[in-house]
Amino acid sequence: MSTPQQTLDVRGHLCPIPVIRTQNHAKKLAAGDILEVLCTDPGVTSDIPAWCRINGHSVISIETRDGVIVVTIMIGNES
Amino acid sequence: MSKQIKAVALISGGLDSMLAVRAMQDQGIHIEGINFFTGFCVEGHTHAIRKQDQNKQKRNNALWVAEQLGIKLHIIDVIEEYKDVLINPKHGYGANMNPCLDCKTFMVRKAMEWIKENEFDFIITGEVVGQRPMSQRKDTMQIVVKESGAGGLLVRPLCAQNLAPTLPEQEGWIDREKMLGFNGRSRKPQIALAEEYGFTDFAQPAGGCCFLTDESYSKKLVDLWQVQGHKEYEFDDIMLLKVGRHIRPSPLYKLIVGREEGENRFMEGYRNRFDYFFNSSHPGPLVLMDGQLNTPEDIELAARVVARFGQGRDAEQVTVTYTPLQGDPQSITVKPFTADEMPKEWYI
Repeated sequence: MSTPQQTLDVRGHLCPIPVIRTQNHAKKLAAGDILEVLCTDPGVTSDIPAWCRINGHSVISIETRDGVIVVTIMIGNES
Repeated sequence: MSKQIKAVALISGGLDSMLAVRAMQDQGIHIEGINFFTGFCVEGHTHAIRKQDQNKQKRNNALWVAEQLGIKLHIIDVIEEYKDVLINPKHGYGANMNPCLDCKTFMVRKAMEWIKENEFDFIITGEVVGQRPMSQRKDTMQIVVKESGAGGLLVRPLCAQNLAPTLPEQEGWIDREKMLGFNGRSRKPQIALAEEYGFTDFAQPAGGCCFLTDESYSKKLVDLWQVQGHKEYEFDDIMLLKVGRHIRPSPLYKLIVGREEGENRFMEGYRNRFDYFFNSSHPGPLVLMDGQLNTPEDIELAARVVARFGQGRDAEQVTVTYTPLQGDPQSITVKPFTADEMPKEWYI
């Protein structure tokens, strides 16, 4: 399991804000970096993976920890 | 080797922008999408909030459309900048609080900024002449061209043959003969083209994808502005207009009554910003109070409204807990209002 270099906390925000924040944060990262996004809106489980697919990033895992949805992604080459 | 021509498309998530992109892809143009988040977008939030909507397929249609088309999508937060569009629309509002013409102009202007920053060549939209009464008429579409500063760089592929040639057509980047000539409110040409392209699953939101076209939402927004005495708003204000029954027994305060579990859960996140009520002797919704309760009589009246929406509505007495933002919670025992005792004008 890859260790996240960065954590982005978007708990309490509804989509598309978690996607927007992830998108904007990803611009500061390099290819191969791991970003962990902490969310509460279940919509992220479809929206962040869709955003990753169209922008060349990869979803490593989606899990729920203590009621928090944690989406872990790896930044692709085109960020 | 000739330069790859690049265009950015305004993607709403509906069928028209999807078709417009596909038509341009057929002409070899590299397309990326932009989706602007104003704070008034309907689907993502309401589906997230309301439990009854949670069985619906959860997807952001703009992202979904981009994926179907194989294009990148840039979602841009314009919540702050959009305030001026809504508060001071040069061309006024539509049937509700929808400033469609100013909104379209704003979005095209933002797209112009984006293409300059990202070295793209032109902008496309899925607009069709005559499709919408305010922003998609031949005259108003020309206003968007002019006031956005886009000039000849704004291409509407679905109705281009009904409009003056744009710069990309004049320069030969795209072939005008291969553009379309749709016009009017009929959706049949779009449906036929969707079939031709093999698009079988697409969103067709009735009344658009913006809360500002919704009569009920618009009334709540106008009420907010009237009570405040000005049109400024914060993001949380416009979010809360999307949830609950809004009941105003007095100009000094309104009650926001959760309508179901999903809304109650969402509203719980606002308990640190508002006084709130709940039925303590019976099951019932969370109720936020926006404004001021100045007297014990105000609190009792509000509690009777709160009791009206709990399961003790037919009981002789219901105990309601009132938790002010500053101060200790207090229990009040009241007789719930009957339906007839709740004046219609209290409902916003």
